[in-house]
Amino acid sequence: MLKLTSLVAVALAGILATASHAPAARPASVGIKDFTYGPAVLTVPVGAQVTWTNHDEESHTITSTTGAFGSAGLSHDETFTQTFARPGTYAYFCALHPQMRATVVVR
Amino acid sequence: MDRMDRRGFLQCAAWTGAAVVWTAAGGVLSSRVVTPVAAAEAPAGAFSFVQISDTHVGFKGQANADATATLQQVIDRVNALPTRPAFVLHTGDQTHGQKAGAFDTVAELLKGVKVERTFYVPGEHDVFLDGGKEYLERYGKGTVGGRGWQSFDYKGAHFIGLVNVLKYKGEGMGALGDEQLEWLAKDVGALGNSTPIVVFSHVPLWAVYPAWGWTTEDAERALGSMRRFGSVTVLNGHIHQVLQKVEGTVTFHTAMSTAFPQPAPGSAPSPGPMKIPEAEARRMIGVTDVAYVPGRQPLAIVDSTLG
Repeated sequence: MLKLTSLVAVALAGILATASHAPAARPASVGIKDFTYGPAVLTVPVGAQVTWTNHDEESHTITSTTGAFGSAGLSHDETFTQTFARPGTYAYFCALHPQMRATVVVR
Repeated sequence: MDRMDRRGFLQCAAWTGAAVVWTAAGGVLSSRVVTPVAAAEAPAGAFSFVQISDTHVGFKGQANADATATLQQVIDRVNALPTRPAFVLHTGDQTHGQKAGAFDTVAELLKGVKVERTFYVPGEHDVFLDGGKEYLERYGKGTVGGRGWQSFDYKGAHFIGLVNVLKYKGEGMGALGDEQLEWLAKDVGALGNSTPIVVFSHVPLWAVYPAWGWTTEDAERALGSMRRFGSVTVLNGHIHQVLQKVEGTVTFHTAMSTAFPQPAPGSAPSPGPMKIPEAEARRMIGVTDVAYVPGRQPLAIVDSTLG
């Protein structure tokens, strides 16, 4: 029992350490399903890493409207990760299906 | 119809391409039904060609475990046609997302088609990664300014291959652009009104379903250059299913994919590949055989499936 308690304490300490040292690096994610990015607007802190996962059979891309970042075609279950170092509003779309549009807001 | 013999029916079918297409879309007719007529009775100047579209080599998923294998089956089907087609038109999306090596695989497979040559236009899957660099390096030669669009004459008919996927960005639909439209107007300018015109491009040149990007925003300007002609046949791909529309003297036709079917416009939450049992899917992928007989309009367009 003592052992278990200490394990929990260690685990908690780990979480607290992560939370206190790098709050901005908490991973955020966007899913792609039925030709839609979800969420359509994702708000993250400066320094955040955003990971997109394609759940469709069709390939999709994450392509910045300004050319600031961009992925290759993601097949089913493939991912793409981008770190946002500066605040701003980043619009992106799918280069294969340009009607698919979404935004990352970095604060 | 009940008093018409087989020969009469086949002549009728060859003349009214639209009826054939719709019947074929229901899985009843195949190209083998119509082509014997062309072989036996084709007048001078008659010929046929084949449209292959949306081969999507590199795609792997529940909708098709091996898009290379289904392309090979389509090629075998083309080579087995009783009348050898003059050439192949590939209406784009050769590759699935420009997967590494996919262009090479398609080129290697298409070497096996028994035709004089193959003409290409790009699909968005062939150009989205590099703005068309690799595609134009391979297929730009002999096209206008190396830009991918072109025209040629074959036995009295005028063929025009248009590129409507290079201005795709942010628009949600295909576009031709001013430069190409101006070239097109000049290209057809000297032709007589009776010259049969065949236009081929990847994204449909009519508004099939704009919400899914199944349209070309400046297609109307292109069609404006061609309205005076007695016979215009527009062959497109992109939507992985057979749809046809007749508008005056212009017949629009979209081809099946050789890889996987897509849902009818608006019938699903998204236009993604249809995941259906293999046997059923084989009835929804295939190839288009087009017969041109001088003096008869429009062209006879016959879609045949793998299943």
